[in-house]
Amino acid sequence: MMALTLGSAAVSAAAESTESTESNILLPEMYDITWSIVIVAIIGVVFYRFALPRFQAVLDERTALIQGGIAKAEEAQQAADAALAEQQVLLAEARADAARVREDARDEGKAIVADHRTKAAEEAARITETAHRQIEAERQAAAVSLRSDVGTLATELASKIVGESLADSARQSRVVDRFLDELEAAQGVVSTSKGA
Amino acid sequence: MVRAQPLTNRGVLLSTLATSLLAASEAADGGESAFHAPTVADFFPPVIFFDGTPFEINRIILVRFLAAAVVITLFLVAAYRAKVVPGRFQNAIEMILDFVRRGIAVEVLGEKNGAKYFPLLATIFCTVLFMNLTGVVPFLNIAASSTIGLPLVLAAWVYVMYLTAGIKAQGLGGFLTSSLFPPGVPKFLYLLLTPIEFLQVFVLRPATLAIRLLANMVAGHLMLAICFAATQFFIFNADGAMKLFGAGTLVAGLAFTLFEVFVAALQAYIFAILTAAYISMSVEAEH
Repeated sequence: MMALTLGSAAVSAAAESTESTESNILLPEMYDITWSIVIVAIIGVVFYRFALPRFQAVLDERTALIQGGIAKAEEAQQAADAALAEQQVLLAEARADAARVREDARDEGKAIVADHRTKAAEEAARITETAHRQIEAERQAAAVSLRSDVGTLATELASKIVGESLADSARQSRVVDRFLDELEAAQGVVSTSKGA
Repeated sequence: MVRAQPLTNRGVLLSTLATSLLAASEAADGGESAFHAPTVADFFPPVIFFDGTPFEINRIILVRFLAAAVVITLFLVAAYRAKVVPGRFQNAIEMILDFVRRGIAVEVLGEKNGAKYFPLLATIFCTVLFMNLTGVVPFLNIAASSTIGLPLVLAAWVYVMYLTAGIKAQGLGGFLTSSLFPPGVPKFLYLLLTPIEFLQVFVLRPATLAIRLLANMVAGHLMLAICFAATQFFIFNADGAMKLFGAGTLVAGLAFTLFEVFVAALQAYIFAILTAAYISMSVEAEH
């Protein structure tokens, strides 16, 4: 309202100082309206149809690009994080595996060593025992063979010396046994005294 | 009505300057003045084409064509060369559009309606801005919006837009009720309020839109013309020491030129923000 009165006041003041004109500045001339409509229409069409939609498209594209970039970066970050986590899990697993393997190996080594030790001990005991048995057998064989050989020899020797054939085998054997027993007894005394 | 402030200031300035000038010219050569004061006739220049038809073309219409061509060319070139990564030119144009979008459309109307009415506001802002700016362009020297036609057509467009917006949003009855019978008022006050509101919605809004712009541009032109006419007069027609006044009026003309650039932008902003405000009042039931 104030603008209106002031505007017209200013205008009329300006108008008064000059020669009178027919035109009132507030009353539109026909051509003024015509061309104003034409120009506003043209600018309006250009802005609505062409300029603003193009700008909007570019703005949207830019927004999409920025959002896409952000999304991509986030994705990459997530992938990296996931990879890192996975790597750490794998690393921990690998460490645990290694520790377990080491532990197993140690246990196994211990077991093997112990096993070998017992086996060796058994083997040694077995060998010793075999040897003892063999020795005993040989000793007994030797004793038997010696007994018969010595008997024969002694008998032959005695026969030769006595000149008398000890044909009677029973007697012969009795004599030999007695001799050997005596011999053994003497030997036993000697070996025990030696052993002592 | 705070927005009439620049006009009042300038009205006062105008009259003081004019009186001092008249006094000066009378003192200078006792009656026969060589001082050519700007007149309302400036806004009705002689017809150049199509005399006597509704399509008469005069200087102001040509200026208007030129301003329209410039704004269309600028925006079309910017739009069709627009890239995702903007250059300097595109940035400048986008800055204008962004200012309208954020500073006016979204600010007043909110996100949804702001986007809906952004084309209207952008078109109006840019049209008014470029039409106003011709007032300070050398050799054009008149705002293309300084005859009533253009402000009136723009105001009529806004008028139609905010009325249809209101009717679309609330229905004819709803729109009339919410505009003419503001809620929260004692019933008997409607006797007083309803006629005022009616006048406001149907007459004063478009009228003030058109006249505010027109008056600012007319006053601006008269101010500039007075300053430069006075400069011309003081330097070439005045005697002796009076010539010094010419320097003063030249500086004043320079200052007013810069001020007119500011006013051109300010009036474009005011026109657009009032458009947004009127639409906002129409689409919202309570205001």
